[in-house]
Amino acid sequence: MTLRDIVRQLELKVVAGADWLDRDVSGGFSGDLLSNVLASARPGDLWITIQRHVNVVGVAQVAALSGILLAGGEPPAVAVLAKAEEMGIPILLSRDGAFELAGRLHRILVPGAR
Amino acid sequence: MQEPAHGGARKLVHHVRAGDIEHGGLASAQIKRQLSGLGVAPQDARRAGIIAFEAEMNLVVYATNGGTITVAVSERFIDIEVEDAGPGIEDIDQALTPGFSTAPPWARELGFGAGMGLTNIKANADWFEIHSHIGSGTRILCRIERRRHDASGHRPTTRA
Repeated sequence: MTLRDIVRQLELKVVAGADWLDRDVSGGFSGDLLSNVLASARPGDLWITIQRHVNVVGVAQVAALSGILLAGGEPPAVAVLAKAEEMGIPILLSRDGAFELAGRLHRILVPGAR
Repeated sequence: MQEPAHGGARKLVHHVRAGDIEHGGLASAQIKRQLSGLGVAPQDARRAGIIAFEAEMNLVVYATNGGTITVAVSERFIDIEVEDAGPGIEDIDQALTPGFSTAPPWARELGFGAGMGLTNIKANADWFEIHSHIGSGTRILCRIERRRHDASGHRPTTRA
């Protein structure tokens, strides 16, 4: 499953990294404590978070995550978007909350799961 | 930044400024990128990147005058040294306890201060040492044994 598929199915807005949407998404991770993400997210995961400061781009890059899915609708600052472009980290935006996004993403990535 | 080092190793030196949250994490991202450029396996570059990120954020949030992250890459090892000039850690055992944090409220609001920083550093290193003295500062030494290409086994590329 690529980021592009997920963007289409979850009706997400791509605010950074549009050139990287063919990247494969192998799983998902939801969390707002950065050290927890570094400890437990797996490479290739799409990361759902409400944090939208510049450090999330660094976390996604070092942890080899496939992208960042921002819950709650507010876009990040322009400087954050610029950094994400520079580092090749797609940032996707949704008005839905993290709980709902995690549920919808899980249904797509793990079909048949209950 | 990149400098030649002794014994065929490559040495990368990054200075991190105190309180510079706007650039926090960017030295680590650069370190990971540089390691990949030097032919380090993705899994090893990721471990080094996570160590560097946690160390970098510690320098940004806690170190009075910031500090230095030095990464030396040789054929077998990635050595990471993190150094600052204070304030120093009062109780190292306590600082190493998962969940313990002295992070100020502004850092916690940004998702730092989970008390997992040093734990994450240790977990991603094959060898870890920390020395700290109040007044003189903190020094962390980490070593990652590089994965041998022929012994790495098959891993799906999406997990790399």
